Order: sequence, then C-alpha cells, then structure tokens
Amino acid sequence: MTQTPTHSFKRLTGSALVAVILIVTSGCATTSGDSRDPFEGFNRSMYGFNQAVDEAVVRPVAQAYKSAVPDIVQTGVRNFFSNLGDIFISVNNLLQGKVIEAANDGLRFAINTTIGGFGVLDWASEMGLEKHNEDFGQTFGRWGVGDGPYFVWPILGSSTARDSVGTVVNIYVDPVSNHRPIAARQVMVLTRAVSRRADLLDASRILEEAALDKYVFERDAYLQRRRNLIYDGSPPKDSRFGPPGDPVASASVRSDGEKLNAEGR
Amino acid sequence: MLKAGRVLLAAGIASLFVVLQVGAQETAPDVLVKGVTLEVLDLIGKDKDIQSGDQRKLIEVVEAKVLPHFNFTAMTRLAVATNWEKSTADQKKQLTDEFRTLLVRTYSSALSVYRDQKFDFRPLRAKPTDTDVTVHVRISQGGREPVTLEYDMEKTAAGWKVYDVRVVGVSLVANYRTEFANEIRSSGIDGLIKGLAAKNRPAQRAERK
Repeated sequence: MTQTPTHSFKRLTGSALVAVILIVTSGCATTSGDSRDPFEGFNRSMYGFNQAVDEAVVRPVAQAYKSAVPDIVQTGVRNFFSNLGDIFISVNNLLQGKVIEAANDGLRFAINTTIGGFGVLDWASEMGLEKHNEDFGQTFGRWGVGDGPYFVWPILGSSTARDSVGTVVNIYVDPVSNHRPIAARQVMVLTRAVSRRADLLDASRILEEAALDKYVFERDAYLQRRRNLIYDGSPPKDSRFGPPGDPVASASVRSDGEKLNAEGR
Repeated sequence: MLKAGRVLLAAGIASLFVVLQVGAQETAPDVLVKGVTLEVLDLIGKDKDIQSGDQRKLIEVVEAKVLPHFNFTAMTRLAVATNWEKSTADQKKQLTDEFRTLLVRTYSSALSVYRDQKFDFRPLRAKPTDTDVTVHVRISQGGREPVTLEYDMEKTAAGWKVYDVRVVGVSLVANYRTEFANEIRSSGIDGLIKGLAAKNRPAQRAERK
C-alpha cells in the first residue's frame, strides 16, 4: 500500500498480461470454421478473460456508479465526454465527404462547449442538432476497406482488423488520452470508461438473457452493428440476413405467406 | 338445447374472429406498429406491478398485445435456415415454440428499459401494392444517438406480420442464425431444441419468484 499509484498500476498491468498469456495459450482449441473469425480459439479465450474482468471489477463499479451517483451528474459526465467526442465525429464525417453532417457536429461542439458549460449540458440536441456516431474504423469502411478478421482485444473487446487500426487512430487523436498531466488523464479515462459501461448495463443484461452462446451472439451483433454504422443505417439488402453473401436465407423470405396461413398464427 | 347453444356460441365466436381478421387486414403496417407500441407503453406506464419489476406480468402484456402481430414460424424458419427443411414437423413446432418463448422474454426485458424516451414513428415509404415492407421507429434519448428499431413485415391473409426486428441495425433473426447453425452442427436439431428449452426454463423459474 506504500507504492506509488504508477508503480501499482504497472504491477497490475503486468499480472494482467501474464493472466492473458496463460489463458490464451491454454485455449486455442474451439473453432467452428467461420470465415469471418479465423482466430476463434484465441478470441474465445480473450472473451472469457474480458468477461472475468468485467464480472470482477468493471460491472460492479459501473453498477455502483449508476446507483450511487445522481442521474443529473451521470448525464453531465456523459455529455462532457460525448461533447469531446463530437470533434472527431465531425472530422470523420468530413473525411467521408458528409459536409452537412460534419457541420452539424462542429456546431454541436461549438454550442455545447460554450453555452453548454464545457459540454455538460447538451443544448445542441435540444436545438435539433442530432448526435452522430462516427469513428476512424467507419471512415476506413466507407473508403472501401473490408472488415478483415474479427478480433477480441483485452479489455477493449470486439473489433476487426480494420476497426483495430481505426481504434489506434482514435486513441492517438483522442483529446482525453492526450490530456496532461498524466494523473488527470487517468482519472478522465477511467471516469469515461465507467460512464460508458454504466450505459451498457441494461444491454448486457438483455444479452445475457437472449444468447445461447454469448461469444457468438456478441460477435455477430458487433459485425452487424458496424456494417450498419458504416452505411449510416441503410446497408445494402444482402446483409440483412446472416453473414454477407448468404443467399439461402434471403431467398426463402418470399415463400412465407403460405406457411403463415396454413398454421393460422 | 345445451348442445345447440354451444354450436351457436362457437359460430358467433368464429364470425367475430373473421370480422377481426378482416379488420386487421386493413390496418397499414406503420399504423399497426405505432398503435401497438403506444398501447403497450401506455399499459406498462399505468401498471404499478410492471413498474416495480414484475417480469411475468410484463410478459403477459407482450403476449396479449404484441405476439399476435409476429410470425414466429417465419422467424424460426429464417433463423434455422437450411436446417429447417431437414427438420420433422414435430421438431419445427418445438423449435418455433421455444424460440417464441425466448424472443418474447428478450423483447419484454428490452421494453422494460424504455420508459421516458420519446418514440418517433417514421412514415412508411412503400407503395400500396407492396407486400414486404420495413417500418422504422426511432427512440430519442437525450444527448445520445437515437436507438433505431426496424420491423420487417409481410402482408398475409391475417394482416401484416413481423418476421424480423432490427435493433440499431442488428437483425435478431440473423444473429440467431449462426448460433443455431453451430448448435445443430455440434448436437443436431434435437440438441438445439434442448438448448433453447434449457435457456428458457431457468428464466421462467426466476420469474415466478
């Protein structure tokens, strides 16, 4: 307990790394041969590790945050980080050639940073300037870069080859990660992470109830979600069922009317 | 006398059913989604038991109000995909029943999350002759990006029926497809039925507590 915070942090990351290596090297067996997920054995191990960390630390902290911190403060914290996010949401919209959306996001940042008190109040949404969801992974996708293999990172979770590169760029330019002094940055990074996890508590409870195999459910949901985001909510029709290029399922939609009538449901 | 009365009653119910069916047929899909959603939200909002977390009562509401507008056979068939044709009639029925239970429960818990949010029902972009449409709903939530719900619906003799729901772009049917295929590959169609039943049962026990 006499260690400096940095020292204990290093020790923590050190032992976490050892744990990761142990888990990963012990479980490279399961694989169902899904072409989108060639590293399934590794990914499942990493997923298991992330789940364990979530159950032991992250989720309890997020639950405590959600129940102990007043709603108005939670909203303020969420808005503050959301506002900082708008800068690069705007940049990414611009990189994708969506000038009006980029202007919308820039205006959001300008309004919320000033009259919204450094982003704590989201006046821009009240004015009808909608919040967008963009990042570098989506921009690369828009430029035609495919998903690449699915990959599960320690702590960060679901990603793909393309999105991993995107995440590196996101972190590199992120105003929070670049904040100095380091101590203040750590507090901000952790607060943001807890706030985000708290927002996902309901979703993870539903996932728990819905999935037969949580790993597969989460992976497929991630891949579908990213595709939907890249196309800003209207992906080409072939992606609506199953993995892209699965013609069997989409073709079978049509013959449905007869079945329904016959069974009278 | 008694017997004749029963026959008459049955005929009365049957004709009422026909009238209702015809009525259902004439409701446009977007109007249907809006009506059902608002009615269910209103019921949930007024019910003290559901407000305080009575999951079983919530499921009852969903079963009575939402379930009739879903085509679970179609949803199950789409999720089971190529293995559907390899299943016996009995297996198909069991798969559909178990999948319905799972979906109703998941849908109910998802519903219980949304309470004070603003629902925005988008006008339908379809021709009157279309028989396969998507109804878009957006749920605004303050400064966060809105949650989108898309209902894929098909016109049938019994009115418009939902055969897939996409939440923030994630299709439920597509998401279950890989899970089902994996389960069938490793333990067969009966294995999947057993897996679904096992998934459904502990939750049902928990609800009764």
